[in-house]
Parts: sequence; C-alpha cells; structure tokens
Amino acid sequence: MSFSLVARPQPSKLMVYLSPLLALILTLFSGFLMFSLMGIDGLDALYAFFILPISDSYGFSELLVKAIPLILIGVGLSIGFKANVWNIGAEGQLVMGAVAAGGVALFAYESESIWVLPAMMIAGILGGMAWGAVPAWLKTRFNANEILTSLMLTYVAGLFLSFLVHGPWRDPEGFNFPESRLFSESALLPIILEDTRLHIGMIIALLVVATIWILLSKTLIGFQVKVVGSAPRAARFAGFKEKGLIWFSLLLGGGLAGLAGMIEVSGPIGQLVPQVSPGYGFTAIIVAFVGRLHPLGVTIAGLLLALSYLGGETLQIEMGLPQAVTGVFQGMLLFFLLACDVLIKFRINMTQKASKTESVKQEASA
Amino acid sequence: MSDSMTILLAASLTIIGAATPLLFAALGELITERSGVLNLGVEGMMLIGAVSAFAGALITGNTYIGVLCGAFAGMLMALLHGYLTLTLMTNQVATGLSITIFGVGLSALIGLEFVGVTVEPLSNLPVPLLSEIPFFGTLLFDHNLLVYLSVALVFGLSFFIFKTRGGLILRAVGDSPESSHALGYPVIKIRYMALMFGGLMAGLGGAYLSLIYTPMWSENMTAGRGWVALALVVFATWKPWRVLLGAYMFGGVTILQLHGQGFGLDIPSQFLSMLPYLATILVLVLISRDRLKLRENSPASLGRTFRPTA
Amino acid sequence: MKHPFKKIVGIAATVAGLAIAGQSMAETKVGFVYVGPVGDHGWTYRHDIGRQAIEDKFGDQVKTTYVESVKEGPDAERVVRKMAASGHDLIFTTSFGFMNPTLKVAKKFPKVKFEHATGYKRVKNMSTFAGRFYEGRYVVGTAAGHMTKSNIIGYVASFPIPEVVRGINAVARSARAVNPDATVKVVWVNSWYDPGKEADAAKTLIDQGADIILQHTDSPAPLQVAEQRGVWGVGQASDMSSYAPNNQLTAIIDNWDQYYIERTQAVIDGNWKSGDTWGGIKSGMVEMAPWNDAVPADVVAAAEKVQKAIVDGSLHPFQGPVINQNGEQVIPAGEVLDDGALSGMNYYVQGVEGSLPK
Repeated sequence: MSFSLVARPQPSKLMVYLSPLLALILTLFSGFLMFSLMGIDGLDALYAFFILPISDSYGFSELLVKAIPLILIGVGLSIGFKANVWNIGAEGQLVMGAVAAGGVALFAYESESIWVLPAMMIAGILGGMAWGAVPAWLKTRFNANEILTSLMLTYVAGLFLSFLVHGPWRDPEGFNFPESRLFSESALLPIILEDTRLHIGMIIALLVVATIWILLSKTLIGFQVKVVGSAPRAARFAGFKEKGLIWFSLLLGGGLAGLAGMIEVSGPIGQLVPQVSPGYGFTAIIVAFVGRLHPLGVTIAGLLLALSYLGGETLQIEMGLPQAVTGVFQGMLLFFLLACDVLIKFRINMTQKASKTESVKQEASA
Repeated sequence: MSDSMTILLAASLTIIGAATPLLFAALGELITERSGVLNLGVEGMMLIGAVSAFAGALITGNTYIGVLCGAFAGMLMALLHGYLTLTLMTNQVATGLSITIFGVGLSALIGLEFVGVTVEPLSNLPVPLLSEIPFFGTLLFDHNLLVYLSVALVFGLSFFIFKTRGGLILRAVGDSPESSHALGYPVIKIRYMALMFGGLMAGLGGAYLSLIYTPMWSENMTAGRGWVALALVVFATWKPWRVLLGAYMFGGVTILQLHGQGFGLDIPSQFLSMLPYLATILVLVLISRDRLKLRENSPASLGRTFRPTA
Repeated sequence: MKHPFKKIVGIAATVAGLAIAGQSMAETKVGFVYVGPVGDHGWTYRHDIGRQAIEDKFGDQVKTTYVESVKEGPDAERVVRKMAASGHDLIFTTSFGFMNPTLKVAKKFPKVKFEHATGYKRVKNMSTFAGRFYEGRYVVGTAAGHMTKSNIIGYVASFPIPEVVRGINAVARSARAVNPDATVKVVWVNSWYDPGKEADAAKTLIDQGADIILQHTDSPAPLQVAEQRGVWGVGQASDMSSYAPNNQLTAIIDNWDQYYIERTQAVIDGNWKSGDTWGGIKSGMVEMAPWNDAVPADVVAAAEKVQKAIVDGSLHPFQGPVINQNGEQVIPAGEVLDDGALSGMNYYVQGVEGSLPK
C-alpha cells in the first residue's frame, strides 16, 4: 500500500487544532518506545518529563518564568518572519537589552526611587532596539543580508557583556569575580506569587501578546506585514515601503528581545553575569514557527518548549538519564509538531496514488 | 628562513586548519541553498559527522573509513531534514533548528563512551618535489587529504554551478521551482540531492574536527562553527570562491588576534575576539552594495516550500 | 541474603529504620549540579568521578543524582531548588556562577546542606570549597623553568578571573626561581571549552617560541597540540596522558573524592557544619600525575622537593617578596600573601608577558 499527500481544497479548520494533539500522541508513543529500548520504564519517564515538573504550584510558576522570555521574543520575531525579515540575532538583542537595563540598575545602585524599574525597562527596550537597528541599517543602506549581520552581532554582544562583567562593571566587593553587584531592591521586578520566582514580567508578556495580536489583525501595518510576507510583488505594486517594514520588524523584534533581557536580569537573575540567557533568542525562533507565527500559538509553543527544558532536568534528577537524552527527545517532539501541521493543508491518501490534484504553494512564513 | 618568515608560515598553516572545517560545511550549505532549501541544522549535522567519524576510525582503526562514516552520517541527518521539509513540507527554518537540537543530543548520546580516548589523526600527504620548495612547498603542498579536497571542491563546485548543465538546473530549481517543474525537472528530487550533498559536506567538516583539528570526541566540540559556516554562505553571496575567501578570512582574523595577544597587544581580549565577527560584517557590507549583482546570485525561492503539480 | 543471620539483621534494621521514622537509617540523597557535560574530560568530569566515589563508598546507604550542563544564569536557581525540594540532603553546586542561586535556595531550605565550589559566600547551611591548584602549578613551574630551552612558557587561559591569574603567577614565580630568564606568555581564548580554539591558541604560542604549554581551559586539545608539535604540555584537571603519551610532562589533577566522602559522611552522622575548605596538595585535593619518564631525574627531584616543601609548609608559592609586573612590591620578604589577597588576585607578577585585561 502506498500513501501520498493530497491537497485539501481548503485548509482544514479541524486539523488546525487536532494536529498538535496528534503530534503529542506520536511523541508520547515514540518516547515510550525510546525509553523502553533504553531499559527504562517508559511511562515513568514520560511522567517525569511532562507531568512531574508542573505537578505543584511552584513547578508551574517556574514553567511561566521560563516561558516569559521565549514568548516575548517569539511574538516579536514572528512579525519579522511574516514579513520575510530574517532576524536570527535575537539572542544578541536580548544581551544588549540586559546590558542597558543592568547599566541603569548599577548606575542607580542603592537608589530607592520607584522610577528605577521603568527606566530599566525603557533602557532594555532601547538597548535591544539599538542592536536590532544595526542589521536594519546595514540592510536598508548597504543591502547587507540580515541573517549574517544579526547572527554575527550576537557573538559581539556576548563578548561585550563578558568584557563589562570581567572589567568595569564587576562587583567591587566581589573578589574580582566576573559578575556585577546584586541589584538593589528597587531594581528587581516585583514577585506576583509569594515564595516563587514568578514576577510581574508575566503580566507584561500577556499585555505584549495582546497588543501584537491587535496590531496584526486591526492595523494597517499589520496588514502590510501579512501582504509583504505572502505576496511581495503585490505589496510592491500597492506601494508599501519595504524599507519601512524592515526597520519596523527589526526594531520591534529587537525591542522585545531587549525587554526580555531586562526582565531576566531584573527578575530571576538579579545582577549582570557573563551568561544572562541559556539561548532564549535561538529557542524563540522555534517557538515562533511552532506557534505558526500567531500570538496565541506562540504563547502555547513558548509554554511547551519551556516544559521540555524543565522536563529534561527532571528526567536527569529522577531517572538519572544524561542530558543528551533530553536533546534527542526534544528534537523528536519538534519534528512531530512541525510534521503534523502538514495535515492542515493536506490529507493522507492511503489506497492509491494521487491523481490530478491542485498544486499548492506554501510560503516559508505561511 | 628568518624568524618572522617561520612565524608567518606557522600562522598560515594554523589558519588553514581553522578554515578547512568551515569551508566544508559552508560549501555544502551553499549547494543546498542554491537549490532553494535553507538548512539551519549545519551545527547538528557537523556534530553527528564528528562523532560518527570518530567512532568509525576508532572501531575500524582506519582514519579514512572514519572520514567516510562522518560524511555518511551527516548525509543521513540531511535526509531527515529533507523528509520533513520536502516530503512533509515543514517550515525550513524551524526544522533546521530542530535538527541542531536533535544532533547535539544524539551526538552526545553516541559519544558517551568516548571519554579519554584518542585516535591517530589523518596524516599529511606531501606532494613529491613540490613540497620541498622552501616556504611555499610547506604552505601549499604538505597537507592532509581533506585540505586538498576542500580547495579542489571550491574549483569543482564553481565549475559545476556556473559551467555545467547540472549547475544550471540546480540554479533554476533554486530560483524558480515552478518553471523548473514546468520544464520537467524533478524539483523535489534535485532538492533532496542538494540537501544530502550539504549533509555530506557538513559531516566532512565534523570529521575534520574530530579526526584532524583535535583528534578526539567531546560534546559540542563544534562550538558554534556550524553557525559561522551558515553566515559564510550569505557572506559569499552563494559563490564558492567567496566561501573560500570568507572561511580563510574568518580563520585568519581568529588566529591573528591570538598572535596579537601573544605579542602583547594591549587591548582587552574580548574585543580582539570580536574581530572575526566584525570583519565578516564589514566585508559583507562592502561587497553587498551593488544591489543588482547580489539579486542575481541569491536563490529566489530560498526557504520556501514547493509542492509540485502531480 | 542467603545467610539466615544476615536476614535477621536485615529485618531488624528495617524495623529499626521504620521505628525512628526513617531518620538516621534512611537513604541519604546527594545531588550535584554541574556546569558542563560529564564527558568534558576536565572540570565536570572530575566532579562526577567524585560523585561516583561517594556511590562506591556508601553503596545503598546513599543515592546520588546529578544534572549536567546547567547554564549559569536564570536556570541555575530552578535546578538547585528542584533538588532541594525533591528530598536531597546534600547538594554540591560546582561552578562559581551558581553562587548566588545556591545562596537563595539555601536560605529557603534551612534543613538541606549546600556545598558550593569556588565561591566566597557562606551561610549556616552553605559551605564553600575549592582547590589550591596554584600549588600544583607552582610545582609544574619549577620543572618548566628547568626544562624550557627557549625560556618561553606558553599559557592557554580562559577568562581573566583571580583563579586563573593565580595559576599564571604561580608558574611565573616558580619558573623564575630556578631560571631567572623564563617568561610566561598568555593567550586568552574567552571560553572554558572550545577544543578548536584552545588548539589554535596552543599552536600560536608554540609558533611564538613557547616550548612548554600549560592550560587553564577544560579540553585536552592544547595538550594534544603539544604532542603533535613535540613540545611539553601539562594535563588539566585529570591525567590526560592518553591524549599525549609522549609529551605530558605531568598533570594537575582535581581530586574531590575524599572531600565529597567526608562531607557526605558528616551529613549521615549529623555533624555537618558550614565552613570554607581550600584544599591543596597536602589534603589530596590537588594531585600530581606521574612525571613523564623522559624528564631528567634531577628535574623531577627539584620539582618533588618543591612539592614536599609546600606540603610541610616550609614553602608558600606566594611568599614575599611578591613583586608585580610593574616592579612594585606587593608584600616584602618574610610575609606571605593571605587567602584574602590570593582569592582576589588581579595583577600579574614579574615574568608574565603582556598586560592583564582589566
């Protein structure tokens, strides 16, 4: 029996919701198989991966803490990806946001002003925007490809932060170790759930998601983004300014990544350290696509990816599995999630070869 | 030879070593992208290539068989990418990143047993007579097989892309899969082949790392070289000889900043370490200014899914 | 459990265990939070050997767990807390960047004991520990000073932190004590772990005349380069002679086994106390691998003499006069740099080339 994919006349509304579920089932099934082959109780392992990390309120709060930066960056990037602007340097923009916000916190050290946090937030956004503006400028002025420039600038940002915490900004009482002073109370994000690390950044993230949603569905610029992404030629005829959209995408993506950086240093970390992000800027790219570039989807994808990291740690503690297994399992989960989306536009024909079917062309950002 | 000549020669040899893995991976990705497919999984494919090459060499005791294992394993990873992006039409960017996550994990899992083990590195094959020329003989004609191969591939692939019918078809598929399909070319099959070639080359780059550069296996030993290779393809505006230039420039600046430190250059080392990245941006800006020329090179359908009419 | 007597003892033990509600008889859980993969051949690998030493020593009495490759930054606190909340009695966090996260969790879990490597913050239930690796480097420097022909000792360094600077200075001081012309040339790679770049740095140093390569990065790559180029190298963290059978001069081994066993025993016995342990060669935390057979006997003798003097306390690697790179005297003859001054060291001594990145 051969099977083939046959284009649906219209994308299936049902599959939009069903395909992630199908992916999860497939992941659970093959995960069970993989763990059993390794000589481990598959059900125990799956339980440790998916359920145990969020089985109490603290665990759940940690899930949110981990997902906040992923969601923030993910929604920012999804705008750019819709408009075919390939910003893959969000990690660097996050770092520069953290640097700018951290600079404010250190400058205002021991200040009790309530304006420290708002100032840090603005600085963080501006820091990320500035780092996003460089690729935008190089692209619009010199036609330099943003994939390369944004990626290279990520390394530069990391080294710049390293220079700061090893040198001018290191804690004067810290025995010359590479980290800044601990921020004062006024520079730390308020905790919204007692005895956890869940901070006000969650509310900020929700507001950002809602704003972007409105922006995309109700405003002219949102419309432009969608048109440029799906039909660049039509957009050009319609007189949309390509350069404007490049600037808009990179400033928005950079600004939100910078905000995420501010939230990390002023929330869970509380100081500047050589490594402020475990790769959120890169993971958020996956989050954006797994979330189908839609604000709600990105939010769910951010939570799922965050869970996969927490689950990986629990697998190590509870089952004694090496971290490598987490990577393999995460990879499988992502493959299934991405692959099952094919069912939205296609159906599987099991019995005979596909006869004449309509051709469907999919844009990368669709 | 004078002292400064000796250092120059030695530094040049180190640069060749640093550039070769980048060159392999970037040339492979170049062919993949020429067919219109963007594979961001280079880092993962290199790691799988590195661990498989090491395992192959360790088990068989033959380094050349190790190299083949690395290439083959890289190809298998690319095949996985192909099945997802070409057959199941998943998003290329996300799939590539997932391949990297998967590759980092799987290579670490395979390599768990290789702690503290080493293999005999691939030996040099000096060209008779030519390698005895002072300075240039050592610089150009006393390398291992993979170094010769990487440079030969620059010329070979240049010729293939621009002078052969196969290259013309590859470019056509990358620029306009619809019209290529209309003309009767098997777009998906060609893209599969281009992807697999890319994986094979990334595998060779990985093999170079674990069998020559530092003959050992350790987790994540690529340390970001796959990402640099990706950037080099863009840098090269999809031309093989510019990949050569980019890889050697990147390797060169990296090594020169180390030499600068050794000579006591009084600049914080973090700023010196930024130089390769900044230099790459700067040169890209200089060569990208001619907008029209660039557009001719960049594969127009890069990153987009194509579904042929049956 | 075939023997009837053993069976009775077993049952009795079980009953006793139940009777005192699983307090002293219960299994002790020891957790480890690692910054790198256990297969890094270096820092984390040696800590994991220490973890295995606990398992070997205590058997069923103790259960150990670990999480590897935990990034310094927002993730660390979550992992440490997860361990504390899941019934661990003793938790080792083995990287400097875990200091503040460990401290935060320690304050929330007063009954759990924490051990943080290489930091300086302590509370009632959080100890610190580190190795005096500079002692090992001082011993190596003695041999290097004798052996170098070019009078250039190459040093592949990671980040400009006191720990690394101390090692560089120790080598420079001991090498110059036996060979006043010796200098140390440093190249920073800005990474703890990047085999390719570490190898490139080693090649660079050799090309610039170094004939002995030391490293303060985690992979065996610099040592491998030394082997290929036929110069001497020194293993880092573990005996790496399998990577350089002919050219490993010696290796400075981190040995946490004894300390980990002692601290676990203390938790079992209920007499664990917070403190600061900085163990050197004497305590066994720093070990020297066997000297390479090709090293002349008089050089080995000189190095071993220095080693003995460090152990019996007659020699301190930083005894006065300590003179910094600019020729200023840090402390005069007759004094010794105290631990506070050592732990914050941020200057080069005489004999180190280049300037320290500030």
